[in-house]
Amino acid sequence: MRFSVYRYDPDKDSKPYMKDYEVALEPSDRMLLDALVRIKALDDSLSLRRSCREGVCGSDAMNINGRNGLACITRLADLKEPVELRPLPGLPVIRDLVVDMSQFFKQYHSIKPYLQNTAPAPEKERLQSPAEREELDGLYECILCACCSTSCPSFWWNPDKFVGPAGLLAAYRFIADTRDQATSERLDDLEDPYRLFRCHSIMNCVDVCPKGLNPTRAIGRIKELMVKRMV
Amino acid sequence: MVKRVVVGAHYGLRDWLVQRVTAVVMATYSVLMLGIVLFQRPGNYGLWKGLFVQQWMRLASLLFLLSVFWHAWVGVRDILMDYVKPAGVRLVLQVGVILLLVAYSLWSIQILWSIA
Repeated sequence: MRFSVYRYDPDKDSKPYMKDYEVALEPSDRMLLDALVRIKALDDSLSLRRSCREGVCGSDAMNINGRNGLACITRLADLKEPVELRPLPGLPVIRDLVVDMSQFFKQYHSIKPYLQNTAPAPEKERLQSPAEREELDGLYECILCACCSTSCPSFWWNPDKFVGPAGLLAAYRFIADTRDQATSERLDDLEDPYRLFRCHSIMNCVDVCPKGLNPTRAIGRIKELMVKRMV
Repeated sequence: MVKRVVVGAHYGLRDWLVQRVTAVVMATYSVLMLGIVLFQRPGNYGLWKGLFVQQWMRLASLLFLLSVFWHAWVGVRDILMDYVKPAGVRLVLQVGVILLLVAYSLWSIQILWSIA
């Protein structure tokens, strides 16, 4: 199978280039990550992140034939040759397919991704009804792979000011949590022309999310709550 | 100099809502206008003038134009935020756009009510 992989080592290369690889696959090679491991065996200078190899850790997010996704859960059979692999768009490249995710995590941390509750902790746990718990479905599953935020033009343009789909999904995850007491502060924090309202609902995030989540819907819910609070 | 990123202006919802409401006004007026052109066929100056001297038509047209200007303000402001980075220049341009749109609004009133 033929691959064309983005290569860039800032210590050696003056600019990035695409390198072609021809890999003989074994019948057991089903996912793109399997092929990448074979490429790595051919050419150990190639750098990439990987860990769980089953779509849970979110390490091997990359741009695959122009679309962001996780290499470990992208089927080789579905890919058109030569498979073009590039780092996630919009983030600084450290080397080859490895990008600097600092800005992405900075935005994630800015929404205070933890439960805020000043009530004394009960003896066992803070209970929720099944219906209350259901509110978190489609929100808590995010693995922070950054596929969504790095496919969002608003995030490309204002990565330092726009929270991005991943961060906003996480923000709504805590707004929707009945155990969290900081809803009003969270809405105040997001009421900003950049932080929230740079989202123009083009839904690239929904299109690429490897976990099938819907950040656009979560962002819509945040706006709905703000409207409800205002009128 | 250290670049400081400041966010948290605590506005944005109103503009977002305004953009949606004005869009509905513009869409409604456009459909209305299309209906009038298709079914009433005001094909000459007299008929066209007769349409616009009616008070309800003047008000509807004014609402439409104000919606266009307000909608345009939110859009143009976003463009300026994206492409004009120095805050001073952006402020000057934004004030300029506001003044222009206010002038357009007043001019629209003058035009609509000068038809007699």
